Amino acid sequence: MAKEYRTIRNDVALPYQWALGRTWTRFFDGLKEERILGTKCDRCGKVYVPARSFCPVCFTDLMEWVDVKPRGRLVSWTVVNTSYHGQVKEPPYIVALIRLDGADCDFHHFIDGFNITDAGERKRKLRAGAKVKAVWSPSKNADIRDIAWFAPV
Amino acid sequence: MGNAVAIIGTGQTRHGRRTDLCYPDLVREAVTAALDDAGITLEDIDGVVLGTMPSMMEGVSSTHFYFAEAMGSLGKPVLKVETCGSTGQSIGHCGFFWVASGMADIVLVVGSEKMSEGDGQATMTTVFDPFFQRTFAAGAPGVFTMQSMEWMYRFGIPEEKGREAAALISVSNHDNAMDNPHAHIRMRVTMDDVKNARVITYPVRLLDVCPASDGACAVVFASRKAARKIGRKPAWIRGLGFRGEEFFYGESDKAVWMSATEAAGEAYRQAGIRDPLKELDVAEIYNPFTYQEMIFYECFGFCPRGEAPDYVLKGTFRKGGELPCDPSGGTLCTNPIGATGLIRLAEAALQVTGKAGERQVEGAKLALSHAMGGVDQFNGVTIVGSTL
Ligand SMILES: [Zn+2]
Repeated sequence: MAKEYRTIRNDVALPYQWALGRTWTRFFDGLKEERILGTKCDRCGKVYVPARSFCPVCFTDLMEWVDVKPRGRLVSWTVVNTSYHGQVKEPPYIVALIRLDGADCDFHHFIDGFNITDAGERKRKLRAGAKVKAVWSPSKNADIRDIAWFAPV
Repeated sequence: MGNAVAIIGTGQTRHGRRTDLCYPDLVREAVTAALDDAGITLEDIDGVVLGTMPSMMEGVSSTHFYFAEAMGSLGKPVLKVETCGSTGQSIGHCGFFWVASGMADIVLVVGSEKMSEGDGQATMTTVFDPFFQRTFAAGAPGVFTMQSMEWMYRFGIPEEKGREAAALISVSNHDNAMDNPHAHIRMRVTMDDVKNARVITYPVRLLDVCPASDGACAVVFASRKAARKIGRKPAWIRGLGFRGEEFFYGESDKAVWMSATEAAGEAYRQAGIRDPLKELDVAEIYNPFTYQEMIFYECFGFCPRGEAPDYVLKGTFRKGGELPCDPSGGTLCTNPIGATGLIRLAEAALQVTGKAGERQVEGAKLALSHAMGGVDQFNGVTIVGSTL
C-alpha cells in the first residue's frame, strides 16, 4: 500500500452579475414572446443566431434584426450519459447542434420529446438533416431555457 | 522565423495521482529534471514562462505567483500564458519567440496541472459563455463528441467503421503508454474492452477518453550560441503555427476545422514540408478523444478528408507504420492539461534527439507536436528537427 497523504477540502463560490447588454437583452425579450431573433450582416449577408452586436468576419455593427424560424435541421447530437457539476438535467439527455431555418450558424440546445433511452428510436429520429422544432417552456424567464427543447418533427 | 532556437533539455514528472507532492513541489520535480537534462543551473536562465488551465481548475488564482520559487523565477522576468488545452503549445511558442527575438539566450518554459485537486469538467464548462451554451456544455465530452458525429455525417463514415477505427486508436495508445515510464494509464486494453466500456457521451466510451492527471513538464529553449556552449544535442524548432476561430460553438465548421488545418499549414510552410505523411517521422497529437484524433490526421494532411478511419485501420499511424503517432501513449493515457501540449513538444524533442528510450521511433529526424484548446477553438503546432 502506498502511503496516503493528507488533502484539505475547500470550496470557492463567487457571485457574478453578468450584463447582457442591449443586443442580448433584446434576444431574450424575444424568447419570452416565443420569437428567435437573429441579426444580419449587411456586408456579408450572414444571419447570426443568437443575435450578435457585430459581425465577427466583417467587424461591422449589425443593425438589421430578423426573426428566424423556431424549427430547423439537426447537424449533430450526442447522448450525455455522465453527470457533470452544474448540469441542469439528470443524464441521460441529448444535446444537439441545430441549423435553424434562416440562420447561417448552428444553435446549441437539448433534443427531447420522445423515448431518448431507446436506441432504435434514436436511430430512426436522429440523423443529419432530420427536421426538429422548438418546444416552448410554459413559464418563461427570458433565458435560454424559455425553449424547453427541440423535438423531432 | 527570427534567430535559430533549440530545445536543449526537457523534464517530466511521473504523471498520475500525485498526492505525495503539493502542487509547487510537483512543478519543481519537472523543472529539476529539465535543468539536469540540459546540464544547466537556474543561474543560466534568463526568463521563465508558465502555463496552466484557467484558475477555476487550480482553485488558486494566477499560478505564476504560487509557483514563483518552484519554477526558479526569483529575480527573473516571468510570463504567464494560458489558452486552455492548447496552453502547452502556446507557452512553447512563447519560449521560442523570446529566444528567437534575441532578447534572451535561455528560457525555461513550464506547464502543469493537478487535475486530482479540482473538477476538470466543471472548469471546462466555465469556458462556455454563461448565457447561451453553458447549459448544454456537458464538459469537454459533450462538445468533442458532437464534433466527431458531425465529421462522420459530413463524410459519410458508417458508425461501425468509425467505432472500429477509434477502438484501434485506443488500443494503440494504451500499448504505447506501456513503453513510457511517465505515462499515467499503463495497462493493455483490447478492441472489445473499448467497444464495451461504459458510454460517456454516445458513441464515445470510457476508453475513448483521456484520464485526469497530475503532472508537469519543463522545457529549456536556447539560442544557437547558448546551445553550442552547453553542448547538449539540440532539437531545433523548424516551424510553428497557431490559429483561433469563433468562440460560439456551431459558428465555425468543426468537421473541416480551419484552426487545426491552418496551424499545421503555417508550421509546414516554415519547415518546408510539402508531404507531411512522407516527410514527418513521428507525430505527437493532442488526442484526449480517439474519434477526434482522426479529424486531426485529416487537418494535418496525413490523409484525405473523410479517409482517416481507412488509414487507421490499415495501421498507418501505429508503431512501425508509415507515420507513428503518439508513441508516448498520447494525451489519451496522460492528461495534466496545462502541461499536455508541452509534453507533446518534449516528446517530439526526445524523438529527434534519439532520447525517447523504449518509445523511440528509430531514426526519427523530423517530428510534429500539437495541442488544441477551448471549445474546439484554438490549435497550435510545433515542428522540431534533428537539424536546423
Ligand atoms: Zn459580415
